[in-house]
Order: sequence, then structure tokens, then C-alpha cells
Amino acid sequence: MSAEAHNDHAVDHHHDDHHHGDDHDHGSFKTYMIGFLLSVVLTAIPFWLVMTEALAPQTTGLVITAFAVVQIIVHMVFFLHMNHKSEGGWNMLALIFTIVIVVIAVAGSVWVMYHLNTNMMPTHDMQTMG
Amino acid sequence: MSHAASLNPDYVDEAGRPIYHPVEEPHHPEGHSTMLGFWMYLMSDCLIFAMLFAVYAVVGANYAAGPSPKDLFDLPLVALNTSMLLLSSITYGFAMLAMVRNRTAQMQIWLAITGVFGLCFLGIELYEFAHMIHLGATPQRSAFLSAFFVLVGTHGLHVTFGCIWLVTLMVQVWRKGLIPANKRRLMCLSLFWHFLDVIWIGVFTFVYLFGMLR
Repeated sequence: MSAEAHNDHAVDHHHDDHHHGDDHDHGSFKTYMIGFLLSVVLTAIPFWLVMTEALAPQTTGLVITAFAVVQIIVHMVFFLHMNHKSEGGWNMLALIFTIVIVVIAVAGSVWVMYHLNTNMMPTHDMQTMG
Repeated sequence: MSHAASLNPDYVDEAGRPIYHPVEEPHHPEGHSTMLGFWMYLMSDCLIFAMLFAVYAVVGANYAAGPSPKDLFDLPLVALNTSMLLLSSITYGFAMLAMVRNRTAQMQIWLAITGVFGLCFLGIELYEFAHMIHLGATPQRSAFLSAFFVLVGTHGLHVTFGCIWLVTLMVQVWRKGLIPANKRRLMCLSLFWHFLDVIWIGVFTFVYLFGMLR
């Protein structure tokens, strides 16, 4: 079973080698323009929302976070040409691993420190006490 | 997959007999794994930025009775800066399309335009930093400002090195032409340049826009 999986990979690998030198996806004028126009829209709307204060701050926060996530995906697909096939899938695997580490580290830090701040709050009131 | 195909070995000897355990290291063409290796570098760079974002998220509201984002940030300027980086991304894309068609002169022009946009971005950022420091909002002023200058400064430093790399590659292409090694280097810089734009999305959203919401 595992031998078969290994051979599958080997066959793919040979296939890649034949095209070596130009097996990378460079995109086309069309994909770059689509990516660019999407990015302009996805950048302009968050700036407009914050500058005009059209929505409540919390709603704006959620909306601009969503726009940032979508724009990052747009850049990954249209500019960095990410797909599950590039470099035999290793690019995607490395990216997924990185995302997992980043989410654990950033969300974990914010979570822990937020609670720390909350629990420490009384000692921060020195000025009002004096 | 058929049984016969599943027995396909990795390598075959001169007589066409399968070699299941190659004795010698198989030949890899030069630069065979450069793109994957460079991607790994970018992922590790991503972790550096993630840590800086985490620091900013934790101490970004600790103003030490000093200036807050609302006192310091100028959103139209940030929007201008963002457009510079976005335009430099698309012009680098055009340079890559010219490279694929082996149009050296066209590619060099697009690279030069990309470099100009990169320098505009850096100029605007340095102006912003100088303005903030002039107002007394130095990195030493508060935890918020320390985290801000380290995060945005690290991104700016990456763009600076990207510009230096860009000029280096333009000289390389001018002297040696679009040889495979230069194409490979240009593809690495392409990843680097677009990656910096991805990081900037995080910076303008979570530092500048969220700063104005607080």
C-alpha cells in the first residue's frame, strides 16, 4: 500500500522533470489583472469604511478582518500562484503548517495576555487610588 | 492504478531493467529545488512577522499616557502607501510575463517601474516615521510605539532589501541576459515581493485601520 503510494509520487515526479525549467505557473495578463482589480476593491472598501465610519466600530472590525483574509487569499492565488500542485504539493503543505503555527502563536498570545490584563486590572489602578 | 504500473521503479538501468534501490544519488538539475527552498524561507519569515503581529496585538494599546493611533496615523497617507505597494506588485507581475516571453528590454522597464514604486513606498514610510518622531512619538515613548516601529520597520527593511535585490538582478540581467539562473532569481524575488504585499495587508488592516477604530 505504502509502496504503491510511493511509486505514484515517483511517477508524478518524473512527469514534472520532463517539463523542468518551465513547470512553474507564471499566470497570465488576465490573472494578474483580475488579482489586481480584486485587490483594489478589497483594499478600498476597508479604508472607506474606516474613514467614513459608516458602520459601528465592532461591525467595521469584523468586516475589515474578513476583507483582509479574502485579499490575502487573492494575493496567494493570483500573484503567488499558489495551488495544491506547485512543487508537488510541498508548497501547500509548508503553508498549511505555517498557518497552524501562526494561528496558535498569535491567537494564544492574545488570549493569554488578555486574561492576564483582566486579572491584573486592580494593580493598574494605582493613579486613581493615589 | 494497474498492477504493472504500480511496480514501476524509480529508475531503470541501461538494459531497461528496473533499479529499485539506486546506489548513486540521482542527478538533479541545477536549481532544481531552489523555488521550494525559497518558499520555506518565506514561510519562516512569515513566522517572524507573526511574532511581531502578536507583540503588537498584546501591547498595542499600552500608550503609557502618550499618543494613540488616532493622534498619529494619517489614513490618506497610508492609503497612498498601500497603492504604491499594490501597483509595484502588478508591475512586477508584468515583468514576469515579459520574462516568460524572453523580452528582456520590456522586462527591465517593468522592473525599473517596480523599483520606483518600491522607493516611493519607502519614501512615504520614512516621511511618516520622521513626522511621528518629530512629534515625540519615538519608539521609546510607549510599548505601543515600540511594537509599531518594530513591526512596520521590519516590513520596511524587507522592502529596502527587496529594492537592493531588484537593482542587483537588473544589473545581472543587463550583463548576462535572461539565462536560466537569472530567471530563477527573478522568480524568487517575485515570490519575495508579492509576499511583502501580503504582509502589508496585515499591517494596514490590523495596525492602521484597527488603530483608528479604537
